[in-house]
Amino acid sequence: MNNSVTSTVRLLGAGLRALLVLTLVTGVIYPLVVTGIAQALFSDQANGSEIKADGKVVGSSLIGQSYNLPLKKGQETPEPDLRWFQGRPQNGLGSNTVNTRYKLILSGATNRSADNKDLIDWVSAAKAAVVKDNSTPGYKVNPSDVPADAVTSSGSGLDPDISPRYADIQVHRIAERNGLSVVQVQKLVDEHTDGRTLGFVGEPRVNVLALNIALKDLLAKS
Amino acid sequence: MDPVLAGVLQLLALIAALALAHVPLGACMARVYSSDKHWRVEKWIYRGIGVDPDTEMRWPAYLRGVLAFSAVSVFFLYLLQRFQGHLPGSLGFKSIDPDQAFNTAASFVTNTNWQSYYGEQTMGHVVQTAGLAVQNFVSAAVGIAVAVALVRGFARSRTGELGNFWSDLVRGTVRVLLPLSVVAAIVLVACGVIQNFSGIHEVGRFMGGQQQWNGGAVASQEAIKEIGTNGGGYFNANSAHPFENPTPFTNLFEIFLLLVIPFSLTRTFGIMVGSRKQGYAILATMVTIWVGFIALMMWTEFAHHGPAPQIAGGAMEGKETRIGVGASSIFAVSTTLTSTGAVDSFHSSFTGLGGGITMLGMQLGEIAPGGTGSGLYGMLIMAVIAVFIAGLMVGRTPEYLGKKIGTREIKFAACYILITPALVLVFTAAAMALPTPAHSMTNTGAHGFSEILYAYTSAGNNNGSAFAGLNADTQWFNSTLGLAMVLGRFLPMVFVLALAGSLAEQKPVPATAGTLRTEKPLFTGLLVGAILIITGLTYFPALALGPLAEGLAS
Repeated sequence: MNNSVTSTVRLLGAGLRALLVLTLVTGVIYPLVVTGIAQALFSDQANGSEIKADGKVVGSSLIGQSYNLPLKKGQETPEPDLRWFQGRPQNGLGSNTVNTRYKLILSGATNRSADNKDLIDWVSAAKAAVVKDNSTPGYKVNPSDVPADAVTSSGSGLDPDISPRYADIQVHRIAERNGLSVVQVQKLVDEHTDGRTLGFVGEPRVNVLALNIALKDLLAKS
Repeated sequence: MDPVLAGVLQLLALIAALALAHVPLGACMARVYSSDKHWRVEKWIYRGIGVDPDTEMRWPAYLRGVLAFSAVSVFFLYLLQRFQGHLPGSLGFKSIDPDQAFNTAASFVTNTNWQSYYGEQTMGHVVQTAGLAVQNFVSAAVGIAVAVALVRGFARSRTGELGNFWSDLVRGTVRVLLPLSVVAAIVLVACGVIQNFSGIHEVGRFMGGQQQWNGGAVASQEAIKEIGTNGGGYFNANSAHPFENPTPFTNLFEIFLLLVIPFSLTRTFGIMVGSRKQGYAILATMVTIWVGFIALMMWTEFAHHGPAPQIAGGAMEGKETRIGVGASSIFAVSTTLTSTGAVDSFHSSFTGLGGGITMLGMQLGEIAPGGTGSGLYGMLIMAVIAVFIAGLMVGRTPEYLGKKIGTREIKFAACYILITPALVLVFTAAAMALPTPAHSMTNTGAHGFSEILYAYTSAGNNNGSAFAGLNADTQWFNSTLGLAMVLGRFLPMVFVLALAGSLAEQKPVPATAGTLRTEKPLFTGLLVGAILIITGLTYFPALALGPLAEGLAS
């Protein structure tokens, strides 16, 4: 009995020492070495791929933003600022409920199932809004033209991209609201459309922040 | 290009990359676990631990090593979280409550990485890097060690000695996981994954005002999260978060990383038992199931049945634009057929049948190709069951790799395959029978049941992914899921090591004309059939109430 207690204690001691040594190797040295190399070689990417406009950081090219009008009195959900290209809906976690000291961006999906009533309502409402917002006197958006990404929330809730089809739908509205020609705006969208990597990896996409920054530059020039 | 074609081409590219990589990596791991030489750094580590790495262990000693190391790990990780509020580098995050700290400690030590917390809002630098990421390494190394011990059981004769646990643990970490992770982490950073210690900082926004980001050592954790088939994300959105998975390329690369060790271990196995063909037969079984599941998943996701996807015109809810439906399907199947549980899209919003495929993948026992190590030993147990079934058909004592599968061996294998179904089904039934657990559901009806079935399937099989609508941060779920993870990890290991010890003691039986040729396609077919039938019979009633009911209704 006494022997088995001693040997158990000895074994747990070895386990603890193994854990501490391996913590030093994989939990301290490894992340510090990787951070050192990352900061030396790829400091832009390692620090969040920040993107600047007029010399000021306006976000990350990887993190989606909202382009809304300021909240009016008594309003709870802001309205989109239709002068700018709009990203995907964000019905996921979005706001912060956990950390009381900081207002951190919280990532997450809606996790609603395909037959969930809320989701059906959100998708239907988003589709109606996309059709209404993007139809101009000379251009009518057909509900069947609206791509799926325009009416669904992404996995992270921070999707920086939209599909080229969703960007194309917005072109007439952007041109009208900003007093630009459709050709000018369409050219901007085409320039900011990325195809699949190597022609087959991932999906074609348009980075909304980069596109809006380019739009802002164009407006400043004209 | 058509999105379906692009999805298929991505799958083919992945297969090509894995086919190329598994040869050298498999051979390398065979050398690592067979060599008599110790690296200098390893000698320092052994001195630090105070063990002799050359002492051979019989199975009870090997098991005691596994259990002691894991018990200490759970306790250490628990304390680290409980004291987070007092540790430097914690960014103002509070200490974790006891039930959640237990759940998270159990989760990371068992290679599950189920998370009932929001990563970016709960865990500071110290717990993430010195607690969670360390377990990402060592839990994977423990898994490979147990698999290697079983392979030695087949390869050795008239001994009973299975190697040295400490040596296998340290070599797996230092020679396999660490070098791969350094390279992978740097590739990820180059593509945009963040790696800094800037903590919480404010960044401007396009429309004015500020946003608050949580910086961190993400790339270093992301790399081992995939390589070690762990899956616990730095951020709540896991690999859907652009800071964890910024581009279409990193997405494919992460799928590659989470598959490469489990597939390569089949070659390690072939080399160590002295017949590469035996390794190919196991590999072929894994690939058949994996490709079959991906084909099914792409079919259901591109067809996008169900009310909401039909209105939207595509199954894009919970999926990222840059990744799309095709690559999300490949990721979802790969993560649930391994023990990874990382997600680049949210399974709860998949079509009804798509969600069912992710669940069935885990319920197969995560063996195609399965977790690091756990996939190989799970598959070898199924191979033992398959030769036993074949033996019954012809009335002959079954053999596998020259070892007789007698009463003792088949009892160990049978116990192994009963544990996880028992955990999953009993806990699910208990949760459904009690009044309060159902309050955690986000969705109602069949999908609400699926959320709970998914949770226990994920915990019992050490996967870690979720139908994340379920609010699992309750005392009931934290405790029972934690228990399911611990029992689902370590009870099977007891039987694997007992089986290994029993096999190693045998003397080999020479192959005769009546021996079942386990390196032939016929055996692969038998094995695939045995796996699907055994799992199907076990889980069909539960699946019929959840994903099948949902999928067939739409």
